[in-house]
Formats: sequence, C-alpha cells, structure tokens
Amino acid sequence: MRPASAALEKVAEDLAADRKTPRAGTTLRRRNSPLAATAEQLKLLATVQLERQNERVEFGTLVGQGLSPATLEIFQVNVGKLCNMTCRHCHVDAGPDRTDAVMSDAIMDAVIAAICRTRAHTVDITGGAPELHPRFRDLVDASVAAGKHVMDRCNLTILLLPRNNGLVGWFADRKVEIVGSLPHYRRPNTDAQRGQGVFDRSMEAMRLLNAAGYGQGDPERRLTLVSNPAGAFLGASQATAEREWRQSLQREHGVTFDRLFVLNNMPISRFLEWLQESGNLQSYMQRLVQAFNPAAVAGLMCRNTLSVGWNGRLYDCDFNQMLDLEISLPEGPHISTFNEESWLARSIVTARHCFGCTAGAGSSCGGQTA
Amino acid sequence: MPGYYDTQHLADFGKIAEVKPELGNKFFDYYGSVFAEGALSAREKSLIALAVAHAVQCPYCIDAYTQDCQQKGADVEQMTEALHVAVAIRGGASLVHGMQMRSRVQKLAM
Repeated sequence: MRPASAALEKVAEDLAADRKTPRAGTTLRRRNSPLAATAEQLKLLATVQLERQNERVEFGTLVGQGLSPATLEIFQVNVGKLCNMTCRHCHVDAGPDRTDAVMSDAIMDAVIAAICRTRAHTVDITGGAPELHPRFRDLVDASVAAGKHVMDRCNLTILLLPRNNGLVGWFADRKVEIVGSLPHYRRPNTDAQRGQGVFDRSMEAMRLLNAAGYGQGDPERRLTLVSNPAGAFLGASQATAEREWRQSLQREHGVTFDRLFVLNNMPISRFLEWLQESGNLQSYMQRLVQAFNPAAVAGLMCRNTLSVGWNGRLYDCDFNQMLDLEISLPEGPHISTFNEESWLARSIVTARHCFGCTAGAGSSCGGQTA
Repeated sequence: MPGYYDTQHLADFGKIAEVKPELGNKFFDYYGSVFAEGALSAREKSLIALAVAHAVQCPYCIDAYTQDCQQKGADVEQMTEALHVAVAIRGGASLVHGMQMRSRVQKLAM
C-alpha cells in the first residue's frame, strides 16, 4: 500500500483533472469565509430569536429528559471532507480542495479495530465523498469481515469518475447498501443545489447501479435515495414523495430505487451561509421551532449512532461533528479510548441546530422519524 | 388602516373564528379535511390550490400555497404548469363566450 500522503496526492490530482463533475460553488474554506470557523457558525445561530407561543425556547429545555441514549446500532464513520462536488447546501463544507481534512492511516486503523469490537450492526460510511479515501475499500472489507451491514453515503456522481471504474460491481459483491443523495427527482431543483448537469450524471450513475442489480427489491443490493429540500422549507412527506419519485424516475429516466429518505436541511456550514445571505435565517429557524414535533424525538439518530470524525474525535451525530460539538464521555471524545458501556450512559449533546431533526416529520440519517 | 392587504392577516387567519366560532370552526375543520391525503395526494391538492389561488388572485393563498407546494416536493416548473392550467381556463372562459357574440352576430348581421 502507498503511504497515505502519496495516495492522497493522487486523489487530489484526479479531482483536479476531473472536468466532468459539475460544481455549484466553492468551499467556505477556500473563500476564507468567517463561517469556515465553527465558532462563527454557533455565534450566528445564537443571534436568532427562537419562540414558541410567544415564549423564548431552546432545544434542551423543550426536549428535556426525552433524549436518552438507546443501544448502539449505527457506527458512522466520516472519513473526511474531500468531495468531487461542492453542493450549495453542504453541511460539511466538503469539496475537492479539502485535503486538509482526511482520515489518517493511524486513525483508520483505530476505527477498524473499534468496528471489530462494537456491537453496532451497521457501519455507515460518509464524508465528503467517502469513496475518495485511499483506504475506503479497506474500511468496507474490514466491516464486512466483522459481519456488519455496510452503508455507503454516496453522492452518485462519484461512481462515474474513471478512478472508480468497477466500484459498483465491487459494492454488489459485498452487499453494500448504497445511500445515494439526490435532492429532487427532477432536474431543476437538483441542479440548482448541486450544479448544472448533476441530475443527468446522477441518472447515469443510477443506471450503473440498476445494471448491477441495485434498486430492484433485492435486500442485498439495496439502493436508498436521500432527498432534501432545495430551499428554506421542510422536507415533503416521505411516503407520498416516494410514490411520486418512483413513478417519475421510472417513466422519465427508466431508473428504479428501493426506498426514499427525506431529510431537512441543517443550518450548518454552506446551508447556514445561504440562509444568512438570502435573508432566510430567522424565518427558517423559526419555522423549524414552530414545526417541533415531540413524536420525532424517539427515532433520532443521535440516540443509537456513534459518529466518528476524520481526526478520530467522537460525536453524537454528523451535524454535531460539523459544529465541533464533541461527545461527552469520561474517557474523552476519541476513538482510541472508545468504551461502549460509557457511551450508553452519556448525555447527548444538543444545540439550536437540533431543531432541524425534530421539525415536521423528523429527520435523521435514516430518514423521517415520526 | 394602511392598506387593503397585510401579510400578518395570513398568520392571523385562524382568529376569524373568534367571532361566530360555530361557523368559523366548521370552515377550518372542513378545510383541513379537504387537503388531507385522499384519492388525490396532498401534493396534487396543493398544486390545484396554487392554480385556483392565481385564478381568484388571492395574494394570501398564493403566498401560502407557493410555500406548501415547495414543501410537498413540487418544483417551479410543475408549479408554473399548474398556474398555466388556471390561465388557460380563465382565458378559455373569456374566449368561449365569443360564441355568444358570434351567434348574436349571425342573428343580427346581414
């Protein structure tokens, strides 16, 4: 195996040479935006007035003791922020320039060791585009060998990169579930958020997946799609949207999928920037608070998921990770000292962005929760 | 009163039932049932509402159902097509009355 840095350089070269993936913008980091710093994001969120029935509210006081840890089911690994795309709503601030935030070999080894020990039944791999990590295939193979169900959070277009030729068949051989992000089942909203031409590239990727047996009802070749609203409003009803998506994608593009998750956009990173610049921040946050649904709390991902960052730090979810809100554990928030018993006794860390997951029908890595 | 339309009226719409609640509440119950998922999806009903909102030119309804259509997963092309249905019916309603004009012409002209 190549040393990580040389392998990473090759990935960066491939991304620089990639002229086919459309990009919607640039990263906050590249633009030296103040919001590239998580402290600035938290400060901005703190300026918003949140009210219910004319009284000021905070997430913690509203949820109270309702948000207790459940058993550990999902071991979620964010391998880094490197991505071939730069979607406008990205809560990770991922992009092709993010070689600064990629999991090292030593952390990857510690993650794999922890996966071999954990009782979680599923390893959920995310990024960035996780497939770009030089040791992505090691991670998948180790998880499969440990008997875990593996989910790959895939932006779809990544499957068309020349470096990923044959990856779809490789996934199929390992029964990896593909969780493909597609904001909308029609071109305008998808391209508005992800870049002109992304919709067509996504359809091409879905045809590759369908040809490998994905998205046709086979539980060992499951293709899940993930939708999110293209703007400052909440996600549609998952069941209704799934019917509409299924009919339209089949009719217009001849592609199929197994299930649809509908997520809300989180006021973090580039979506937070867009909310602020478009003058929607106050009204969007207020909309989330107004739509607070106590029935959505029980199914929240933070209860049954461990989120591991590219640098080995631990979090209650990927959104907390992107705001540097680390998990509260007596051994400290690091994969090298992870202890599942302490994890079960932790208090879940929350802040104002959490209203994104409890609004309307709820929103989690596994879709709607209520 | 600064003008005939006020955006706050939409948010306060429910208060209309403070007077004659037995009538107002019946209306809002009925309204809720009309828009529930049924033989038509809630999304389809929202697109119909958007079209009708333009036909009756109600700014409150246009505001409410633009947001509602977006939230139910409709995009701007679908919403614009729905609007053109209303436009076609409005325009067609005028145009079809031209047949009255024509029949009068036939009756009276040489």
